[in-house]
Amino acid sequence: MPLGHEMRGRVGMWCLIAAESAIFSIFVVAYLYYAGKSLNGPTPREVLHLPVFDSICLFSSSFTIVMAERAVAQGKMRFFGIWWLLTIVLGAIFIVGTAREWYHLIYVDGLTISSSLFGTTYYSLVGLHAFHVIAGLTGLSIIMIVTALGQVKQEHASRIEVFAMYWHFVDAVWVVVLTVVYFIAI
Amino acid sequence: MSNAESVLKPMTVSPAREHTRPLFDQVHDWIVTVDHKKLGLMYTLYGIVFLVIGGLEATAMRIQLAIPNNHFLSPQTFNQLFTMHGTTMVFLVGMPLLFGFANYLVPLMIGARDMAFPRLNAFSYWMSAMGGIILYFSFIGGSGLYGAGGAPDVGWFAYAPLTSPAFSPGHSTDYWIIGLLVSGVGSIGTALNVVTTVLCMRCPGMTLGRMPLFAWLNLVTSSLVLIVISPLTAAQIMLLIDRYLGGHFFDTQAGGSAVIWMHFFWIFGHPEVYVLIIPGFAFASEIIPVFSRKPIFGYAIMVAATLSIGFLSLGVWAHHMFTIGMTSYANAFFTASTMAIGVPTGIKIFNWLGTMWGGKIRLTVPMLFCIAFLFQFLIAGLTGIMLSASPFDWQLGNSYFVVAHFHYVLIGGLVFTIFAALYYWYPKVTGRMWNETLGRWHFWLFLIGFHLTFDFMHVPGVLGMPRRIYTYEAGRGWEVWNMIISVGVIFQIAGILFWVVNFVWAYFKGKPAGNDPWDAWTLEWSTSSPPPDYNFAKEPVVRSRRPLWDLKHPEDPDWKYE
Repeated sequence: MPLGHEMRGRVGMWCLIAAESAIFSIFVVAYLYYAGKSLNGPTPREVLHLPVFDSICLFSSSFTIVMAERAVAQGKMRFFGIWWLLTIVLGAIFIVGTAREWYHLIYVDGLTISSSLFGTTYYSLVGLHAFHVIAGLTGLSIIMIVTALGQVKQEHASRIEVFAMYWHFVDAVWVVVLTVVYFIAI
Repeated sequence: MSNAESVLKPMTVSPAREHTRPLFDQVHDWIVTVDHKKLGLMYTLYGIVFLVIGGLEATAMRIQLAIPNNHFLSPQTFNQLFTMHGTTMVFLVGMPLLFGFANYLVPLMIGARDMAFPRLNAFSYWMSAMGGIILYFSFIGGSGLYGAGGAPDVGWFAYAPLTSPAFSPGHSTDYWIIGLLVSGVGSIGTALNVVTTVLCMRCPGMTLGRMPLFAWLNLVTSSLVLIVISPLTAAQIMLLIDRYLGGHFFDTQAGGSAVIWMHFFWIFGHPEVYVLIIPGFAFASEIIPVFSRKPIFGYAIMVAATLSIGFLSLGVWAHHMFTIGMTSYANAFFTASTMAIGVPTGIKIFNWLGTMWGGKIRLTVPMLFCIAFLFQFLIAGLTGIMLSASPFDWQLGNSYFVVAHFHYVLIGGLVFTIFAALYYWYPKVTGRMWNETLGRWHFWLFLIGFHLTFDFMHVPGVLGMPRRIYTYEAGRGWEVWNMIISVGVIFQIAGILFWVVNFVWAYFKGKPAGNDPWDAWTLEWSTSSPPPDYNFAKEPVVRSRRPLWDLKHPEDPDWKYE
C-alpha cells in the first residue's frame, strides 16, 4: 500500500502517538511496580471511587468527535460545530470531575503527591493523562473558535481527522489508566 | 565523472549569489529557514561545535589521568567533566550530527522537495539547540540558591539516589534534566519527521525495496528514537516530581526504588546506542559500494538485519545492570538477548566484506575511514560479547575495560563513519573538493591516536582500574597504560586539526567538485552541488535501486535485472 503526501498528517500523528504511548507505559509500569508498597496510608481501596460518570463522558466524546469528523467531511458545518462543541463539553466535564476528585483526596483524605508512594504514582499517572486531556481541550477550543469565525471548511476535513486521532488516543489511554488504577491495583 | 556530467546536465547555481547579500539578511535567512538542507547543515555544525567542546573535556580528563597523583583537576571538576563529556557526546554530538545527515540527505535520496513537515523540522532543531544551551548554561547558572555545584556532576546516567535533593543540592542536576527534556522534544519531532518523510514523500517509482539503504536505516533509527527517548523523558519527569514536589519514585526511604531508575534509564540508554550506530551503518552502506564499484551485497538481508537489531535492542537493557544483583533468570535472559544481537551485526559485517570482495576498490579518504570502521567495529562487537556474559561482567563491569569497549563502538565505529560521511558528502554540500593529502594525514593520525588510546585502555580495566576515579596511586601497574592512553589523545587532536584546516581551506579554495565526483548511484548526486533550494528541477522517476547508474548506463540499466 503506497502512502502518498496526503497521508503524512496521519503518519505523523501515529508517530506522536507511539512516542506518547512509550511515556505512558513507563508511568503505568511505575504505578504497578509500586502498588501496595507505600509505607503509610491511605490505601487506594480506602479512598478511590470508580469515576463512572466522568469516564462515560470522556468515552462518549470519542463518539461525538467521530460525528463531527463525518459532518465536516460532508461539508455540514453547522452540525460539525455542534458535535465539536459537545466534544469540548464532555471533555470539560471529565476534567472538572478529576478536579473534584483530587480536591476530595487532598482536603478530606489527606492524600498528596508527597504523602506516600501511592500519592506520588497516582497523581503522576492520572495527572499525566489529565494534562493530555487539557492539551486536547486547548486544541479543540482553538478549532472551535476558528470554526465560529467561519474559517473551517470541508477541505480541512483531513486535518480535523488528524487532530481527532489525538483525541481518540487520549480516550484510549484512559481505558488503560482506569483499568490499572481503579481495577488492577486497587 | 565526464560521463556522468554529459548525461546529467548540471544546473547552474552561482555560489557567488550568497555572498553578495548583506550579512544581516543571510543570518536572518538561516534563523527563519525551514529548508531541510539548511537545517541539516545547522544540525551538523551544532554537532561539530559540541564535538570540539566534548573533546576538550575528554582531553582535560586525560591530562589529569596521565600520571598518578595528579592535581591538574579537582575531584569536583573531574566529576563535572565526565558527566558533561558523556552527556554532550550522546545528546549534543551524536544525535544532532546524525539528524543533520538524515535531514540533509533523506529528502534528496528519495527524490523529495523537502521533509514532510518543514516547520516542525525548524521547531525541532531550535528545541535541540536550546537543550544544549540550557545544559551548558549550568556552568554559570548551576550553583542556584545553595552555592553548591556548577555543571551537573552525577554522571551521564544520573543514578538515583545521587540525584535526590539531599545529595544534589543546587540546580546543577536540574540543568541536566531540563536540558535533556527539551532536546528530547526536538529529537522526537525530528524522528517523527524522518519516519513520515520516508514513508510518504518518496518520488514515483521509489518503492521501499528500491530505497537507498541510508533511507532504510534512518527509518529504523527514527522509529527507535520515537519509542526510546520517551522513557527517558518519563523518568526525568519523575525525577523532577521527586526533586520539586516531594515525590518518592526514587526515594528509598519512602519505599521507592533506586534500581527502577536504572531500568528506566537503560530502557532508553541501550537502544540509544543503536540509535547512534545504525546511522553509522547507513553511511558505510552507501560509501563502501560506491568505492568498491559494486552494488551493496545482500540488500534485503541488510534491511532485515537492521530491523532485527532495532527489535532486539529493545530487550537487552539490563546487561548494564548485571553488577546490581539480579535473579539468575534475568541474568541468563539478558546475556542471551545481548549475544543474539551479535548475529545480525555479524551479518552486516559480512555483507560489507561481500560488497568489497572482488570489487575495484578505490582507497579514497572516505573509504579508508570505512575500512578502519569495519575492523574496529568487529573488535568493539567482540568485547561487547565478552561483557554480555554476566560472570565476565561481574569482574569487569564499571572498569576501564567497559570504557574502552564503548569508546571502541562510538569512536572506532561511529566517529570513523561520521568522518567518512563528512568527506563523502562535503563536495555535494559545498560544491568544492577537499585536499586528498591533508585528508590522508587526518586519517592516519586519527587512526594511530585512536588505537593508542583505546586499544591500551582495555588493559588497566583488566588490571582493575575503575572508571570515574579522578586519580590513582602509583605502583598499581596502571601508570604506563594511562600515559600511553593520554599520548594517543595528542595524535587524535593533530588529526582533527588536519581535518578542520582541510575543510576550511576547501570551502574557499577547493577545486569545484561537480555534481557527481564519486561516480555514485543515488539521487543526491544527480542534482547540482550544492543542491538548489528546490532540490530537483523535475521530480525524478526511479526504476531501480541505482537510479543514477540507469541514467549513466542506458545500454545496461539495473532495472533490467529487477
